[in-house]
Amino acid sequence: MKYLDEFRHPGATESLLESIRRRVTKRWTIMEVCGGQTHGLLRYGIDEALADAVELIHGPGCPVCVTGAEVIDRAIELASIPNVLVTTFGDMLRVPGSRESLASARAAGALVRMVYSPLDAVALAEKHPELEVVFFAVGFETTAPATALAVLQAKRRGIENFSLLVAHVRVQPAMEAILCAPENRVQAFLAAGHVCTVVGCESYEDLCRRYEVPIVVTGFEPTDLATGIAACVEQLETSRHEVENRYDRVVQAEGNLRARQFVEDVFEACDRTWRGLGAMPLGGLRLRESWRDYDAERRFTAGALPQVVSSCRCRSGEVLSGRIKPPECAAFGGECRPEHPLGAPMVSGEGACAAYFQYHRPELRCEPRAVEGNA
Amino acid sequence: MNDSSSWACPVKHAAEPQRVSLAHGEGGSSMRRLLEEHILPRFDRLSSLPLDDAAVLPQIDGRPVLTTDAFVVSPLFFPGGDIGTLSVYGTVNDLAVRGAEPLWLTLSLILEEGFSLQLLDRVLESVAEAARRCRVSVVAGDTKVVPRGAVDRLFVSTTGLGRLIEPGPSGSATIEVGDVLLVSGPIGRHGIAILAAREEMAFEPPPESDCGPLIEAVAALRTAGVRVRAMRDATRGGVTAVMHEWARDCGGTLVIEEERVPISSDVRGVCELLGLDPLNVANEGTMVVAVHPDDAESARSALQCVSVCARAARIGFVRARGLLPVVVKRGIGSERPLLEPSGAPLPRIC
Repeated sequence: MKYLDEFRHPGATESLLESIRRRVTKRWTIMEVCGGQTHGLLRYGIDEALADAVELIHGPGCPVCVTGAEVIDRAIELASIPNVLVTTFGDMLRVPGSRESLASARAAGALVRMVYSPLDAVALAEKHPELEVVFFAVGFETTAPATALAVLQAKRRGIENFSLLVAHVRVQPAMEAILCAPENRVQAFLAAGHVCTVVGCESYEDLCRRYEVPIVVTGFEPTDLATGIAACVEQLETSRHEVENRYDRVVQAEGNLRARQFVEDVFEACDRTWRGLGAMPLGGLRLRESWRDYDAERRFTAGALPQVVSSCRCRSGEVLSGRIKPPECAAFGGECRPEHPLGAPMVSGEGACAAYFQYHRPELRCEPRAVEGNA
Repeated sequence: MNDSSSWACPVKHAAEPQRVSLAHGEGGSSMRRLLEEHILPRFDRLSSLPLDDAAVLPQIDGRPVLTTDAFVVSPLFFPGGDIGTLSVYGTVNDLAVRGAEPLWLTLSLILEEGFSLQLLDRVLESVAEAARRCRVSVVAGDTKVVPRGAVDRLFVSTTGLGRLIEPGPSGSATIEVGDVLLVSGPIGRHGIAILAAREEMAFEPPPESDCGPLIEAVAALRTAGVRVRAMRDATRGGVTAVMHEWARDCGGTLVIEEERVPISSDVRGVCELLGLDPLNVANEGTMVVAVHPDDAESARSALQCVSVCARAARIGFVRARGLLPVVVKRGIGSERPLLEPSGAPLPRIC
């Protein structure tokens, strides 16, 4: 399969991993920002293959994982209003809010439907004028342009029974928060290829310069990931810090200008509470004032989002910020499993906890530590 | 002068009903007409028998094998099949992989009030054609009509009766260390075809289901004298679910070598796009076989001689039980757990 097989070639990956092992003079700590990359690293055993050369720590880049329980509660609340149909992406359905998930709310009678694109939600609204169709918009910069396009399309076609519950998040404020944290151990970043497809790699220059941290844009296949790690190691070994594009078959320096324009037209940056990580200044997107007619919260509900207290047994915040590995949480693999998740990183297939649960051999799991209170 | 046409009632006769009504399920004349005009003529055996409460069948030479299944697929028609073909092949395959020659089927229909009679005819044609292809007779049936909304248009249930051809597979509990695992063809085609059709994904050409009979494939293994430990059609939960059941039954570790697993390019493309593992995706005419290691090659060649199994392949082996029941060897050779699927696979965000 073009653009896949050549980046999954075992020989090419293995020789890159060998060159990394030979190149390192000390064990470097690199964070992959994106959940898709965590998934790839663990699926192909790259983390184990490089265990002596590089410590890979897993970042907050799974949008499902960082979507606040209170927003999920709000989506369920909307879906429970007669004739309001809430649509969203598949892996969002099973994520628990403070009490239940959209899937369990659907089983209890709420109107919830999985879609593959926000444009599918617009089409549903057009087909069902008797319903109010809400798209629960989650995701990083990767999915925000399609959401923007959906609302632009709804307006152009005069579809009035369509609105958005916006929970989009922005990746760079999270990277900055990790770098600012006193316990930060991240020495270089693998930047998320999909996000860079939209925002471009130029947008990382400022972060790279201010924090003097290497940032390598990379893809998701094993050879991509090994190439990205090798580039990080090379910069670290030579005391450089640059933005480097190692995913140039997809990512342009300036990104996708048209997609960026859609987002710029419809959304503006806002503060957002990330699940597990807390308040993130400018860490989210919201509809601009001129588009607020399409704001589902304004249309159907009133009042601030309720505060949700996280489970004291779930240490997902520490996982999402790279402070611990999933197996270090006492609940991991026992009380917290994909079929009974305590926190979102165990629910989403892209979540770090789910990836560890799925791909790590049990004998490699760390000894659980004692639970240390609230995450 | 008498003109008979002037005696005709000025009100036109109502057009023939084109939809199933609750009356079709009430046992009176409407139901009789539904049976006589739509169902019985399609099934030789049914139309030649009096409509008794039960079918009396000839004696069979061998041990009877019985299975039953219900089919609730949406959409009813999809590339490569429909609920009619599915309900025959699904049940026939359950008998075949158990080592039986399928002989008879029963057919139970639950119809939603308002369901199109024309679509019902198409489904029944499919059932009849699939039954002819598998050389099984539909010998009994039942029809119920439920109010609109109580079911999704049409549910079909079939029971299959066949005779065991000795010796059948020795059973998954007899799978031993060193045994070889094969699949009869590319995996995941049914699940992806249904997903693409249900969600109206604009793939061109649309992915096609593998919905079809496994009778020939099983016969080929039998003729080749393959010592089959176990055979399973890898339906819901895909290959992964079968592997986990067998690992539980035999107590070994089943190892899948990802690179050997045949996958068609369209299925692979959709799975890549949506973040699904083809090993977890449903099949309807593809089976997994565990065989004695000495028979692995003859099993593969025997399967490949059957047209629908041209891409049959060895995909793994069994070794002594380690920490994990099922592992998959990927890319650079690292082994990873292959977890039992939990619920339907959901596509990822990005």
